[in-house]
Amino acid sequence: MRFLFKTSYEDDIKLFPHLGYFVSYGILLALLLIAPYVLSSYLMSQLVFVCIYATVGVGLLILTGFTGQASLGHAAFLAIGAYTAAYLQKYNVPFPAYFLAAGALTGLIGAMVGFPALRLTGIYLVIATISFALIVEEILARWESVTNGNEGMRVKTLSLLGVTVPRDSPTFYFLCLAVLVLTIVGTLNLLRSPTGRAFVAIRDSETAARSMGVNVALYKVKSFAISAAITGFAGVLFAHKLSFISPEMFTLQLSIEFIIVVLIGGTFSLHGAVLGAIFIVMIDPFLTYLKDDMPGIIAGIAATFGAGPATAGNIQSKVAAFASLNGLKGAIYGIIIVLFVLFEPLGLYGRWLKIKLFFQLFPLYKRATFKRQKIYVKSERNR
Amino acid sequence: MSYFRAENLSLHFGGLKAVDAVSFAVEKGEILSIIGPNGAGKSSIFNLISRIYRPTSGRIFFEDQDITEQPPYDIAKLGIARTFQNIELFENATVLSNLLVGRHRHSTTRLWQELLFLPSVRANEKVHRRRVEQVIEFLDLEPYRDKLISGLPYGVRKVIELARALCSEPKLILLDEPSSGLNVEETGDMSFWIRDMKNELGVTVLMVEHDMSLVNRVSDRVIALNYGRVLAMGSPAEVQQHPDVVAAYLGA
Repeated sequence: MRFLFKTSYEDDIKLFPHLGYFVSYGILLALLLIAPYVLSSYLMSQLVFVCIYATVGVGLLILTGFTGQASLGHAAFLAIGAYTAAYLQKYNVPFPAYFLAAGALTGLIGAMVGFPALRLTGIYLVIATISFALIVEEILARWESVTNGNEGMRVKTLSLLGVTVPRDSPTFYFLCLAVLVLTIVGTLNLLRSPTGRAFVAIRDSETAARSMGVNVALYKVKSFAISAAITGFAGVLFAHKLSFISPEMFTLQLSIEFIIVVLIGGTFSLHGAVLGAIFIVMIDPFLTYLKDDMPGIIAGIAATFGAGPATAGNIQSKVAAFASLNGLKGAIYGIIIVLFVLFEPLGLYGRWLKIKLFFQLFPLYKRATFKRQKIYVKSERNR
Repeated sequence: MSYFRAENLSLHFGGLKAVDAVSFAVEKGEILSIIGPNGAGKSSIFNLISRIYRPTSGRIFFEDQDITEQPPYDIAKLGIARTFQNIELFENATVLSNLLVGRHRHSTTRLWQELLFLPSVRANEKVHRRRVEQVIEFLDLEPYRDKLISGLPYGVRKVIELARALCSEPKLILLDEPSSGLNVEETGDMSFWIRDMKNELGVTVLMVEHDMSLVNRVSDRVIALNYGRVLAMGSPAEVQQHPDVVAAYLGA
């Protein structure tokens, strides 16, 4: 077990408190840098999506995890970023300019969503953000002069400083990785300064935050704007990665996927966003695998238990029919959320911390270590 | 002119007069206690001062400035901090970050500077931290710095809430039942701290309290309320002997 000996206030501000952090993050960075020369192009493509989803996850964490404002409208912010990029491309605006413009515009729209959201909490806020997402989806489908309606828009290959960067090139991956790392570093900086603490204060007690001089309305709007802007940046990369965008890509399902990213990763730390992104990007091929192979496997098992070929075939077709049911994916997502909220409320990162602590304290680990009791009920009167 | 003054302050919920034309003044550097039975309007007065409620009528002045219409977050910026009757801490944050939120009114850095964590932000953080450490030392909170609030016992939380208020370096501090839920020993500590706040830090204290021994030990003056009205005002001894206060609150 490691005991940190702190000798200055600087020790509590550092991002990397001790040597172990440099070693582990150094190794991780090295692995990420050699990845494009080692991994298959399919896995690289998945890794790019992990970067994009994790960026959105960090953005959503700022709003949901740290400021306590739920949002089911982040697919809309992603769409606004993506469409801004595609639209500005038509006028030959260079990449850095439309990248920044997409972030700025999305941030502005995020702030505008933040204002009506000031008066809403909990479930009502969720409904408001869903409505916002539906409105944006509808606008994308109808505003044909700008968005090309349901036909969708083609996104030209990214060109950075005169060099074309194809969407499956290592350079594009490095770009996505850089955006993710910069987002994480910026967010960590924010969280260790007054603004980040004000966000957390609003999450835990608005009354107390207000009485400590936090302008709650202003900081909620700030949180919405920052979260949306980050999602907008991710939207530009998303558009380039897909090379084609249309309104049906930015549905409620995508917003739910983003919520899964933060819920399953863990809402109390930025690690959660990355772990959640890996989870959500990897679950798709896993589900496809199950869909394709499960019927055969189950029929095989049935055959070994003495079922005749006719019965086995029957079972196989039944399972296959079940696996191709519409909405099965949504149901699986729903079940995953419910199970995590019930049994692993701290998410994957929380599980990782528990495993780590188990080995650090071995053999003294107690299961109750992470059990939080709510001993005192807070005043509900001043809300 | 008085340091802090409430004039004809009223708060009506429909027909219920929670606070009814209450006037009082707090002098700089004194400890003024408000006592009274449950529902007398003590906490409502605090909530009016910190602008959680808007007064039905009446005005509030602080340092000769009318603060009746100030937004709630500006009240803290003026130098009025408060604690809550039913502790309102940031439960899922560490003690240290709770206390640093208390420094919010002194933060001057802008968002873009914080995103880059410029040297100015770093320097400011260290200044905040130094002030917080002074409060931690003042209130003996050293063992709890990195603990999460949700794992701490009630008595400690009560002190942390006081610490958070002190971190904002207030000129006037409003304590809503500082001893509720504390045992005899903790209440004793609290009374010393309240006196020290006045004597060493020069903070003016306005407090609501039920524990008459604590009130007697620390208060310079006492106001007794009942049904939203002032029954009596004066030194602790005077107020306790006032026949109306005995009838309404203390009992014979």
